[in-house]
Amino acid sequence: MSVLLYLIPIAVGLGLLGLVAFLWALKSGQFDDMDGAASRILFDDDPPEGDKDKTDNP
Amino acid sequence: MRGLGLESYYRRRVLDPAARAIRPDGLSPRFDFTSYVTTLPDGTSSLTLAIDGLHCAACVWLIESVLSRLPGVVSGRVNMTTRRLRLLWRTSEADPQELVARIVALGYRLTPFDEAAADDEGEARLRGLLRAMAVAGFAAGNVMLLSVSVWAGHAQDMGPATRDLMHWISALIAVPAIAYAGQPFFRPAIAALSAGRVNMDVPISLAVILATGMSLLQTATSQPHAWFDSAITLLFFLLAGRYLDARSRGRARGVAANLLALRVRAVTAVEAGGGMRVIAPTDVKAGMTVMVAAGERIPVDGAIASGTSDIDTAAITGESIPCPARPGDRVMAGTVNLTGPLRITVDSVGENTTLAEILRLVETAEQGRARYVALADRVARLYAPAVHSLALVAFVGWLLSGVGWQASLLVAIAVLIITCPCALALAVPAVQVAAAGRLLQGGVLVKSATALERLAEADTVVFDKTGTLTEGHPVLLRDGNWSEDDLAEAAALAAASRHPLARALAAATPGARPAEAVEEIPGSGLRLGAVRLGSRDWCCAGPAEEADGPELWFARPGMPVLRFAFRNEPRRDAGEVVAALQRMGYRVELLSGDRPAVAGAMAGRLGIAYWRGGCTPAAKAARLRQLAAAGHRVCMVGDGLNDAPALRLAHVSLSPAEAMEIAQNAADAVFQGDRLHPVLELLTVARRARRLVLQNLGLAFAYNAVTIPLAMAGLVTPLIAALAMSGSSILVVGNALRLGRGPRR
Repeated sequence: MSVLLYLIPIAVGLGLLGLVAFLWALKSGQFDDMDGAASRILFDDDPPEGDKDKTDNP
Repeated sequence: MRGLGLESYYRRRVLDPAARAIRPDGLSPRFDFTSYVTTLPDGTSSLTLAIDGLHCAACVWLIESVLSRLPGVVSGRVNMTTRRLRLLWRTSEADPQELVARIVALGYRLTPFDEAAADDEGEARLRGLLRAMAVAGFAAGNVMLLSVSVWAGHAQDMGPATRDLMHWISALIAVPAIAYAGQPFFRPAIAALSAGRVNMDVPISLAVILATGMSLLQTATSQPHAWFDSAITLLFFLLAGRYLDARSRGRARGVAANLLALRVRAVTAVEAGGGMRVIAPTDVKAGMTVMVAAGERIPVDGAIASGTSDIDTAAITGESIPCPARPGDRVMAGTVNLTGPLRITVDSVGENTTLAEILRLVETAEQGRARYVALADRVARLYAPAVHSLALVAFVGWLLSGVGWQASLLVAIAVLIITCPCALALAVPAVQVAAAGRLLQGGVLVKSATALERLAEADTVVFDKTGTLTEGHPVLLRDGNWSEDDLAEAAALAAASRHPLARALAAATPGARPAEAVEEIPGSGLRLGAVRLGSRDWCCAGPAEEADGPELWFARPGMPVLRFAFRNEPRRDAGEVVAALQRMGYRVELLSGDRPAVAGAMAGRLGIAYWRGGCTPAAKAARLRQLAAAGHRVCMVGDGLNDAPALRLAHVSLSPAEAMEIAQNAADAVFQGDRLHPVLELLTVARRARRLVLQNLGLAFAYNAVTIPLAMAGLVTPLIAALAMSGSSILVVGNALRLGRGPRR
């Protein structure tokens, strides 16, 4: 049973790691816009076609 | 857009066919953003804006791509959930007006959003709940793992030393977690107790604290059972319910706030030197002169200094026909200037305006609803004393049977834990979340926590006329006094004007092209050479008679004068909805500020038996008091300023999204779209929600009826408690989710 002495701390430690990661994500605003984030990944940003100077006339 | 190399937008967008097309709104004023800009210490500035016209993720991509190419922009991030754009730029390198103009040029409407208001306490509370839920979830998972091994150990041969170790580790995890994650329940419970009341949080807090305390005692005295898992799992379930509940309501409120922000209008003040300055409505002082362009809402009470126009007073009085206004006439804040630019001398601000008068009526009407006690709390008032006396009975009973006070106390606490209202506390919020989610999809925003419960109790529906039953714009009546050619000719003139009657005339002729050189004489009509379109005396059609509705006269040289009559059409499905409400057993009533003849005609068309016309705001409020005194629970539907006191006074109230700000703030729920059907949907969903809540409460009581005898007999172990609690919670939530399905008409 002595195996428990280090297995339990490892299990709890892993759980704590997950908790800290979640709290960090929450704090850095990753849960602020669930709808936008879901579709944002679908758009890759191609380099704009043509010259960048043309941006003056939309 | 093409010049930007962003053509792929068209491939990416997903248009909702029901959504209305985006059009650049010629009316939106050039807003002065400077008072909304926050300057940050690192040389950047930020501005939050509400966006209208956002259809899908491609719109987000388009706006962000355009912004990222502009010089000086640090970031432009669109939040699709809240429909807000947060701009961050280097103060010296970019001009906010310029940035906003770029987005407006794409066809989106933007309005500054006060960041202080955007970041309100609701948002902070939501984050707090989510943090507490995360901590409780982590602790619940780990404690449950340890508990499962203890339960297995009971069946096999775990030694007492190992078991105690498991219990101590559980305590180490659970106690700090409960101390932190239980606060959303402990605080309101303490507040309620110190006010001498009982709410749902009191039995919850008591059960959690007692379970933890007793488990600590059991662990310290090396007993076989500890309840840490029950306490923390219970907390986790309840936090999840509370978080979802708060989020769905916060979301509805956020959308409602955006709708209002999008209609903020700045005031254009005329300075002594003749220059113009755009100021916030709150900065207007008496004696100032204010410029109001045609089509704008008048922001102040005052007298017209110069200019003639027509004024639409529907929002204040309910009157559906615009009235002409000349220099010297009084105008009221909240009315709309239709045809010509006006300069208005402000004569009263703040307390003395019509607006303030109505606001006072709203405030005095406010008390009634605050007394409403949510169903869950009413149940708690009965439930908490019952449970606590049962625990006492168990304690005294076992004590008398001679097993000693310690064992008796254990049984009593077991009773408290097993009766902890986990299912009971989830029964109501779970249904409310399901209902609010379903309504939000249909464009109905439920803002108040108890709105659904109050809606389900309503037995009378009172409608306002202008802007609620009708859409607020007149429709040409085809009465056969004129030919299609006449109409086409008149429409060519009408298309040049913003007057609602002229617009209705132009709308009746698809493809009408505005004639050139049409001259608009505000307060009278339109002129093209000798051809005239306008009021009766302007077109020389003889002395004015009492008209039975809005009308336009059309005079051409050498031709008889023609009359175009208009009618305020009810919303497309108004008749259907009224009939359906009456079939469902509601008493439907019409209260209008418009003239009795017009109100009566509308009531007759829609089959409403009870109606009143010519009501002032106070008269509407008085009628609602009268109905309440007769024992009716009234659901008021209205949109105007004149409805605001009645909306606040009613048992429950709804208003369309185009309603005046004050009316929307007074209402419990706001519905979007040009149909009246959401009213029916709301009432139906509210009734179904009440049925499900009662079912859920029934399930929770049934569960208690089985487990309380077990607990009082001293047979409940932590394993049975955990199973019973999770099982009943899942049952209740599953039952609530049925609301999301079902017929959607």
